[in-house]
Amino acid sequence: MAVKLESRVAELVEPFAGRPSELIQALHRVQEELGYIPEEAQRTVAAALRVPLSQVHGVVTFYHFFRTEPVGRHIIRLCLGTACYVRGAARVLQALREELGVDLGGTSADGLFTLEGVRCLGACGLAPVMMVDGEVYGRLTPRRAREILSRYRDE
Amino acid sequence: MITLTIDGQRVEAEEGQTILEAAKAAGIRIPTLCHLEGLSPRGSCRLCLVEVKNWNGKLVPACATPAQDGMEVVASSERLRNLRRMILELLFAERNHICAICPSNGHCELQDLACELGMDVVHFPYRFPGLKVDASHQRFVYDPNRCVLCGRCVRACSEVEGAMTLGFSGRGVYTLVEADLGGPWGASETCTGCGKCVQACPTGALVERGKATAEQEKRPQLVAEVTERRPRVQD
Repeated sequence: MAVKLESRVAELVEPFAGRPSELIQALHRVQEELGYIPEEAQRTVAAALRVPLSQVHGVVTFYHFFRTEPVGRHIIRLCLGTACYVRGAARVLQALREELGVDLGGTSADGLFTLEGVRCLGACGLAPVMMVDGEVYGRLTPRRAREILSRYRDE
Repeated sequence: MITLTIDGQRVEAEEGQTILEAAKAAGIRIPTLCHLEGLSPRGSCRLCLVEVKNWNGKLVPACATPAQDGMEVVASSERLRNLRRMILELLFAERNHICAICPSNGHCELQDLACELGMDVVHFPYRFPGLKVDASHQRFVYDPNRCVLCGRCVRACSEVEGAMTLGFSGRGVYTLVEADLGGPWGASETCTGCGKCVQACPTGALVERGKATAEQEKRPQLVAEVTERRPRVQD
């Protein structure tokens, strides 16, 4: 498994080999393919691009975009901005927490959902709002949020 | 040679010298923290801010700004004193800088600066982060709670030792100095154990294991000595 991952990552970053300035591009490529950047992949990238491990670690931890943990098949982005908060986002969050058994940033045990809190999806008129992958759901209630989850589960 | 004035005093400098270097040569003191002779300038702590009168009073870091002909620099004024003191207060408030229980008490650059700049009170609430101490290394200990993120250790590691073991991780107030991919320092594959990071550290964030406070005195000038910018002094 580990060997397979290493060769796969090595293949992905091959076009950037020996080019330290392409670090972010290479990391993007790895995350696009694997969904996250595990430690072994960071090592492979460092070796291929000839960048110190500490620098790869620095970039991966600096940008919120990069993940070092696997994500679920669907990403839930629940808005916790002011308007949504006032309209009850906290109760929706509580329902999602209970339903998924994870806190913000966590991935459910079945690997289906990753729960994230975001600030404003630009749909305050529909508050409280959440996105599941590319789909926006507005006027949420704890009950509606649970229903939406079960729809994705049944897929 | 170029000529500038610092606090009204005419100062001569070589082309390419920084304001700080020119001031030092003329015996004018400008407080610094992230700067260390022998390492590249970083200009990140902002304590060496000076005012350039004929640039509309613009504030620039003396350690990273080249001296220029005809420049009129103000290195000490009420405005600068207030700014530097506030910067220091922010540094103190960000982590747990409690001198009485620190192994660097009595020989700490941060503490010396607080005395020099007359910082007798911190006007900001302390954040008191509970950051994990890394005592996994055989010889050294890193306590991020006492770190000011000046990056002197990171630069000593990459620019002088060439190991590139230490680097910054995270961002903002959550920034840490970490080895390699962030595992325990003691498990680092690249650390040579040279100790330049510890000598370069201005505070008690990096200390030698098993040494008492009185024995923790550091030799940051070692960096300039090994890079042959300054002759070694026998002590």
